[in-house]
Amino acid sequence: MKAKNRDQSLSDSRELDGSYDQLTDSVEDDFELSTVCHRPESMDKLQEQTKFTKKELQVLYRGFKNECPCGVVNEENFKIIYSQFFPQGDSSMYAHFLFEAFDTNKNGSVSFEDFVFGLSIILRGTVNDRLNWAFNLYDLNKDGCITKEEMLDIMKSIYDMMGKYTYPNMQDDIPREHVESFFQKMDRNKDGVVTIEEFIESCKKDENIMQSMQLFDNVI
Amino acid sequence: MATVAGWLPFARAAAIGWMPVANCPMPVAPMDNSKRKDELIILNVSGRRFQTWRTTLDRYPDTLLGSSEKDFFYNEEIKEYFFDRDPDAFRSILNFYRTGKLHYPRHECITAYDEELIFFGIIPEIIGDCCYEEYKDRKRENMERLQDDQEENKDMKLPHMNFRETMWRAFENPHTSTMALVFYYVTGFFIAISVITNVVETVPCGSTGNQKDMPCGERYTVAFFCMDTACVMIFTVEYLLRLFAAPSRYRFMRSVMSIIDVVAILPYYIGLVMTNNEDVSGAFVTLRVFRVFRIFKFSRHSQGLRILGYTLKSCASELGFLLFSLTMAIIIFATVMFYAEKGSSSSKFTSIPASFWYTIVTMTTLGYGDMVPKTIAGKIFGSICSLSGVLVIALPVPVIVSNFSRIYHQNQRADKRRAQKVKKARLARIRISKCGTTNNFLHNKRNGLLNELLELTTSTNCLLFQDTEEDEQKLTKSTSLLESQHHHLLNCLEKTTAHVFVDEQMYAQNCLETTLQTYPSRSPSISSHDSSAGTCCGRRGKRNTPQPSSHPTPTPLQELSAIHIQCGDRPSHTASRSNLNRKADESGWLNSRGSRITTAIISLPSPPALTPDADSLRRPPQRRPPLALDHPATPSIQTTTSSAGTNIIKVSAL
Repeated sequence: MKAKNRDQSLSDSRELDGSYDQLTDSVEDDFELSTVCHRPESMDKLQEQTKFTKKELQVLYRGFKNECPCGVVNEENFKIIYSQFFPQGDSSMYAHFLFEAFDTNKNGSVSFEDFVFGLSIILRGTVNDRLNWAFNLYDLNKDGCITKEEMLDIMKSIYDMMGKYTYPNMQDDIPREHVESFFQKMDRNKDGVVTIEEFIESCKKDENIMQSMQLFDNVI
Repeated sequence: MATVAGWLPFARAAAIGWMPVANCPMPVAPMDNSKRKDELIILNVSGRRFQTWRTTLDRYPDTLLGSSEKDFFYNEEIKEYFFDRDPDAFRSILNFYRTGKLHYPRHECITAYDEELIFFGIIPEIIGDCCYEEYKDRKRENMERLQDDQEENKDMKLPHMNFRETMWRAFENPHTSTMALVFYYVTGFFIAISVITNVVETVPCGSTGNQKDMPCGERYTVAFFCMDTACVMIFTVEYLLRLFAAPSRYRFMRSVMSIIDVVAILPYYIGLVMTNNEDVSGAFVTLRVFRVFRIFKFSRHSQGLRILGYTLKSCASELGFLLFSLTMAIIIFATVMFYAEKGSSSSKFTSIPASFWYTIVTMTTLGYGDMVPKTIAGKIFGSICSLSGVLVIALPVPVIVSNFSRIYHQNQRADKRRAQKVKKARLARIRISKCGTTNNFLHNKRNGLLNELLELTTSTNCLLFQDTEEDEQKLTKSTSLLESQHHHLLNCLEKTTAHVFVDEQMYAQNCLETTLQTYPSRSPSISSHDSSAGTCCGRRGKRNTPQPSSHPTPTPLQELSAIHIQCGDRPSHTASRSNLNRKADESGWLNSRGSRITTAIISLPSPPALTPDADSLRRPPQRRPPLALDHPATPSIQTTTSSAGTNIIKVSAL
């Protein structure tokens, strides 16, 4: 069953319910979610398109649906869910970047298909696929290269997740230093941006990164 | 965290964003070697079968169903977990695992529900917001009811109290003994007599011929004086007795009833002192007015009066509002009437304050008629005034009435106080659950790292420790796979950013220490590492742990350039089953009571950009360790004791 056209369904239920608040001229978030319902493609199709087995898809879907009963997750919920894994820090920025990376069709919500496609690349893809995905995550404006500002945003969001109570104390210029060292490593031609080729090449040369990439082989 | 357990694979996958950025290798992921991942468990509760996934139950390892405690209830023959409990209450408990929210079913008895929660190891504080108010209300009602029952029982049996306490009890509860009852009625009678006397005093008695009617008080002065004296004597005696018997005299003297008592008898004594002085006799007469306060003494005898007084006190805001709005209306209308009636001759509305009287009389629909408007404008405004008066007065009255009925039906504390407690308690609950996750992680880190430490030392000194297997088993507790995966995720983040999570206490301490930084001594040698290992593993006093003469190979040590061991009580963890288990483990572990250990690897070999190398060699001021460390030869362990009783042992390994 295809997903209902979001705007259409919204206006339908607005008239039916009359819960559109004239006074504040807004529709509450929960209300919006409850009308947008989504059922994913059948398991067979998903199995073809991703590299997960039936059982894995089942487990993933159960977890997904438990947290988002309506079948899609919007950015707000996404942030809330992700923040539960990092109680000490502020993970909202990084969650935002993740959301952008998962929401491939840019419709403001992540359906189960988006979710599973993304996971399939990360958990079951080749090293190239994974590096590509990571590059896509870092490239905020999707122009094919990572600038220092983009990297700084990403770095800050990662450090934000640590929160305040760390050892040693978090200094303000640490993200910037980290970005500098990253660019030193990745930017071969020293032109101030990291392209996808530079990125993949540098990562493949780095033993640590290659080793870490193998972590994802048995996440699920 | 457990509610989003299904998203843990996603969270771990999302860590791909950290990998290219990190400058050091990630820790090894926990192996998921349990084949029983997606198993259906059957829970047989008094015959009703519930089924759920094993992973669902594993979300809350702190509870009976999530931990290995449920193995005690496993029935081999039917291959089910059998619980001999109430299946209806079990529904909401199982739903807690499924949805992460605990609900309180309103038809359940509160004590039965509480017992079920305690049995299954779930703390009631995690009841969701939707049901928490109800739960707390019912619990309080129940406690009050039990308390009332207890108090009644208490009255019936008479423990040995001294004379003073007996008297006080007699005063407060007249039904306890006949003497108290007699006293109660006698004082009541005299209050009535006193009030009637005051009233009759002013009635004009029959005239005695030539003189005009004089009030009885002046005619039978002596009689009234004797009556007054008798009453005041009784009241004085009563007051003194109460003062003597009161458990807290200061508090008694401040209470409302005692003030009323004092005000009731004071005029008499002042009058005794002040007779024959013409100047102040006017004031003396005024004082007599206060004798009417004796009637308030009746409130000790009437519960209803007390409730009325309490109602008025609690409705102070509504009464204040009534007064304020009335005042506003009076001023407005008085002004209007004054200016309206200014023109007419011989008008009674001489000034605005003079018009106040008219406005009040009209608004309360009294209408004495001593002041009436004569102009047309005045009459118009006058009618508007009387119409609005009805409304303004009618509005706040139902509020006061409903307040009275509410208080009358359930005597309870002020609502404001309750609301504040609820908000505070709610914030505390949220904080507890958050703290739990973090502390769990920090604790597990310690566990895991000391495990590594143990492995490192055992691999090089396998002769020293005989029962290595047992140690390993002891150290690797049965944390669920979920937890270990989550902790691995947090570990990866630590590695990426080259900082470690600490809890608030440690952080505050570190801040403190950075301000008192002193330079390190260059002494720490490999032996210190050994002694630390010896300390860590010297958990049972009888164990033989001689100082190794041979030094272990330095290569594994390069991995750990500093080990932070923090010991001390952390009273913030309470009410969690795993915490209780933890404490029990540790007391056996280090042979000292209530000490906790957190280990954190601080610095890593490769990147020059990372900071902690300098910090790790800090040497805090040396103080005597209060721990029962088994090794006398620990000179290179430097310890700090903070005021909170935590102990930090910093050991440099190289």
